[in-house]
Amino acid sequence: MQTLYNKLWKNHVVHGGADETALIYIDRHLVHEVTSPQAFESLKIAGRKPWRQDSVLAVADHNVPTTNRTNGIGDPVSRLQVETLDRNCEELGITEFKMNDLRQGIVHVIGPEQGATLPGMTVVCGDSHTSTHGAFACLAFGIGTSEVEHVLATQCLSIKKALEMQILVEGKLCPGVTAKDVALAIIGEIGTAGGTGYAIEFSGDTISDLSMEARMTLCNMAIEAGARAGMIAVDDTTIKYISGRPFAPKGDLWEKAVSYWRTLRTDEGAKFDHVVNINATQIRPQVTWGTSPEMVTTVDGRVPNPLKITDPVKRNDMQRALDYMGLVPDMLIREIYLDKVFIGSCTNSRIEDLRVAAEVVKGRHIAKNIKLAMVVPGSGLVKLQAEEEGLDKVFLKAGFEWREPGCSMCLAMNDDYLSPRERCASTSNRNFEGRQGQAGRTHLVSPAMAAAAAVAGHFTDIQNI
Amino acid sequence: MEKFIGCNGLVAPLDRANIDTDAIIPKQFLKSIERSGFGRYLFDEWRYLDHGEPGKEVAQRILNPDFILNQNRFQGAQILLTRANFGCGSSREHAPWALQDYGFQVIIAPSYADIFFNNSFKVGLLPIVLKEGVVDQIFREVDLNVGYSLAVNLKEQTVVTPAGEVHTFDIDSFRKENLLNGLDEIGLTLQYASEIKSFEDKRRIEQPWLFI
Repeated sequence: MQTLYNKLWKNHVVHGGADETALIYIDRHLVHEVTSPQAFESLKIAGRKPWRQDSVLAVADHNVPTTNRTNGIGDPVSRLQVETLDRNCEELGITEFKMNDLRQGIVHVIGPEQGATLPGMTVVCGDSHTSTHGAFACLAFGIGTSEVEHVLATQCLSIKKALEMQILVEGKLCPGVTAKDVALAIIGEIGTAGGTGYAIEFSGDTISDLSMEARMTLCNMAIEAGARAGMIAVDDTTIKYISGRPFAPKGDLWEKAVSYWRTLRTDEGAKFDHVVNINATQIRPQVTWGTSPEMVTTVDGRVPNPLKITDPVKRNDMQRALDYMGLVPDMLIREIYLDKVFIGSCTNSRIEDLRVAAEVVKGRHIAKNIKLAMVVPGSGLVKLQAEEEGLDKVFLKAGFEWREPGCSMCLAMNDDYLSPRERCASTSNRNFEGRQGQAGRTHLVSPAMAAAAAVAGHFTDIQNI
Repeated sequence: MEKFIGCNGLVAPLDRANIDTDAIIPKQFLKSIERSGFGRYLFDEWRYLDHGEPGKEVAQRILNPDFILNQNRFQGAQILLTRANFGCGSSREHAPWALQDYGFQVIIAPSYADIFFNNSFKVGLLPIVLKEGVVDQIFREVDLNVGYSLAVNLKEQTVVTPAGEVHTFDIDSFRKENLLNGLDEIGLTLQYASEIKSFEDKRRIEQPWLFI
């Protein structure tokens, strides 16, 4: 009786103990422009070559502009970083989707979209949200630049086996409640360090009912709970999503692959180090009020009051967060007014996310106090699909801007950012201080909740729309 | 990687839990394609009152007098004392690069985020885990004693206070060896090149779809 994590681990041990630190083989290496230049340079200085170029897929996403790209990247520092990726990939024969390629997009959107993420793989990337790919029963986790170089040079990583946590989510979600709300509710429950040292498997009937897009949202946020890896077993939904994608196997090979993939689930009775039970029926739409994803409550809730907290470290953290966020204790969440709305990021920029948001804004208009509402699709192909469905027109008519794909205002490395003290409803994953711009104020929500907030001008319960 | 011998250094306290990598090194500095020079941007949004951009001269920046690392008594600190879940957030190795470039050799906290913890060892920055109560005690002692320093001995796995109190810490033996000897981990892994090759060949036969 084995867990999914254990099966994945055992299937990749090249050298070393099955239960401790081991040399693990890496099947897929995703690369972006920010965490790779120093790794490529170092590899070159050491006179080493990539072990297996065809395992690498590269794309520039963090720095790219989301407005008109015909004149390239304006900022010379960003431009150099993207050009450095282009040059490294050309020199080493690595497949890269360049900025003006229709397939370009956020690395964690394009991997699955291309079928470059397949069940049973180990997937790494110099990006913490690599946990996203665990939705396909992969062992997927973020690495630093030294490890990017290590994987390029050796196709392996020396890693310590994680503890195993099962998050069992059961029951039917209420209308308007999405995977994002489930993720935030879990983080609210276990905290941002709750998953530290663990690989999390999400299971239960609620998870089985989720689409692949929703599963990716959930696994994406595993890192916000402190877990490097999140994962979900293979089922028909997984297989159906992968079928026909460019990098996916075809014909006889497909049949062979599918029969193996179907074994990628935790055996009945297998033991976890820790189990968390979540009742999905109780989850309400979530809104973060502070500067950590665990600082979260429900849309019908209130901003907490530090005076009610006895632990001095926690009380100070809360007070500091409220000061930064410019919020008053006990105020209603739905009385928080917004300046900007961002729908995008590797958490929530897939076609399903855009459909849900468009459904909310259809026939409505953004409120007068909203200075900017923007939709940044996760990839060129998501953008195209949305345009074929007419979603771009729905957003534009409602007063949203319709942008080119990239990470954009999730981390504000390009021209999309909050000015000091601007308040944003964001479908991204981190509400840290300064994340979306210096002194910017981020509230994490689902795409539906962000769309509803854009229309109302303040947070409002999607369940009442 | 440089060898990590040990450190007898001044301690700077940063009394806050869940310090994330965006706070340690804000994203605008990640546009650099260099590996060095991040120290001057460490904790940029807390350390300075003006907004920092890559290339902006330090002489032109306005220091935040309220930020603890800007106090005279903590100049030249080599050990950063902080709270739980330090380094949460992104995988940016720029965070340990910035801490190290600033002059820190050791971090002491009750816990760390996994990726940051792992990255630190790769660059020769030693993240030490001490119990919450011990960290509390060191915070109090630092507060009361100007020039408070700790002696860190990696080989013995000890942190010794000025009063001679010895706190031991755990460390994975593989990581310890790598730090003590300044080993090239890629070189180490490549010693297994033939094993990697045969693993890969077998995989190519058993799961050919992984090699399309």
